[in-house]
Amino acid sequence: MAEQTSPGLPPPAPQSRLAILLNRWSQSAGKQAAMIFLMVLILFPLFFIFNNALKTRDQYNANQLSLASSPTLVNFGKIFQNPQLLTWFGNSLILTAGSVGLCTLISILAAYAFANMQFPGRDLLFNLITPLMVIPPIVMLIPLFVLFQIFRLINNLSSPILVYTGLMLPFTIFLLRNFFITIPREIREAALLDGCSSIQLLTKVYLPLSRPALVTSMVVNAVWVWNELLIALVFLQTEAQRTLIVGVAASMQKRYNLDIPLLMAGLAIVTIPMIVLYVVGQNALVRGLVAGFEK
Amino acid sequence: MTTALPKKKPVATWALAYLYLAPALIFILVIFVYPVLNLIWRSLTQVTEGVTRWAGLESYRATLSDPVFWQALSNNLRLFLAVPILVVLSLIISSIIFEQIRGWRVYRTIVFIPYVLAIPVVAIVFNNVLQLHGVFNTFLSSIGLKSLTTDWLGTSRTAIWAIMFVVIWKELGFGVILFLARMSSISEELFDAAKLDGANWFQRLWNVTIPQIATVIEFYVVIELITMFSWVFAYILVMTKGGPGTSTWVMEFFIYEKAFPYSQMRIASAGAILVLFFASILMFFQARLRHRVEDING
Repeated sequence: MAEQTSPGLPPPAPQSRLAILLNRWSQSAGKQAAMIFLMVLILFPLFFIFNNALKTRDQYNANQLSLASSPTLVNFGKIFQNPQLLTWFGNSLILTAGSVGLCTLISILAAYAFANMQFPGRDLLFNLITPLMVIPPIVMLIPLFVLFQIFRLINNLSSPILVYTGLMLPFTIFLLRNFFITIPREIREAALLDGCSSIQLLTKVYLPLSRPALVTSMVVNAVWVWNELLIALVFLQTEAQRTLIVGVAASMQKRYNLDIPLLMAGLAIVTIPMIVLYVVGQNALVRGLVAGFEK
Repeated sequence: MTTALPKKKPVATWALAYLYLAPALIFILVIFVYPVLNLIWRSLTQVTEGVTRWAGLESYRATLSDPVFWQALSNNLRLFLAVPILVVLSLIISSIIFEQIRGWRVYRTIVFIPYVLAIPVVAIVFNNVLQLHGVFNTFLSSIGLKSLTTDWLGTSRTAIWAIMFVVIWKELGFGVILFLARMSSISEELFDAAKLDGANWFQRLWNVTIPQIATVIEFYVVIELITMFSWVFAYILVMTKGGPGTSTWVMEFFIYEKAFPYSQMRIASAGAILVLFFASILMFFQARLRHRVEDING
């Protein structure tokens, strides 16, 4: 509605006021129509998941689009009877918390050195590390698989934790270092004059000031790990070690191929934590993704 | 370790710096550097009955003469077509939201939702929607386009394009949010001046917004090219498993298939090194852009 409130428009000559109003209305109506069409397109898959998860198989086969008129929780009930589901959920939680925690800790130390210390090779190292975020994980997959096999870590939750941590480091170090260098020099010098050691400077000054960047990187990384398929699929091959996403995507798709409502209930369970995280952490997430590109 | 004030010995300072860096460097050596060196070695040797022998460029020759390799590469190039589509759509949507039309906050929140959904989840839903008896074909029939209905993911002519549609659906929100963030730093006066000059909506988009956010557009283009090249594996695996035939193989799928079901590790390794080579070209552009963006941001 910006156009109606902008006072700066010169009065365009002879056209009648009505014509102008109509013109503006049709413009904004066109935009609204486009946006609403887009929103329907974006929300449709979510509607498809949650609506059909509440139907029986017969209801779904009769009409895939109709609203679940008599919603049933029978699909969710069936899924929760699967004793593996809680295990899968727990695995995903352990992987996400473990790798995001480890990665954040290591990145804090590295980013602090890059942002705050003088040493030979600093800029070169930083410039070599950041572009690594672009390499597709599949490239590293074969050698890492063989390596972890040697150490008997396949089907052990620690192997994907280590791989995820390594893969997320370039992005996280980049993000945190860019935040750390915005902390004013005076604050740092005052702390050093007060007799802070370098680790105290980090824990007492840098970390409290960097909470937004820390939250951002953790949310972004958590979304990525929770949703990751390839590494979880290759490194965790037994049913009991699966992550939620692999369990639902791989085994359930096969087993319940014809029971779409049941499958949708599974997808709903994977998706709900991410929707909650998005609603809670929306601002942090958006800030992290555009880090370095705002004014 | 140090309580001393500014006058520390330089050696102590950089030793301390490397102490802080050590865990990260160890991880990077194990997760990135070792695998790449190992792949180069694997791609240049051949293991027959437990004996490793030097094979020179033979694996590369075999890979490059495999028609499926070229098909995979050409599918990645087809997916590159999604990039201009994404840029145009993101530009239009972000500038509409930026005008703060009624409901813009809701639109902004919703437009980003696909980004947090898992690719397998999205892929499974579209698998159903795009089936022969799926919702999309029902929709087509209902508007009189029954002749167009097909099994979108099960027909080799349409499958890669159907996948491209889903990737666009998933990636669009990122562009919108990225462009919006940058637009909010354009000075209001530029828009007002353009309006005073009588510039219409498209003229303002073309003459004010696009030049002002050009670096971010370039950044988004590079990121999306990388996505189309290196991050589409999960879509392929869940939606088509490369099929029908080999019509939706992409480079990542080539490496995966050669390595795991086929156990042709040296072909997979040569493929991985080739992917790395293409990705490093993109990486080079990304690094250059990043420097430019940093320069501009000060």
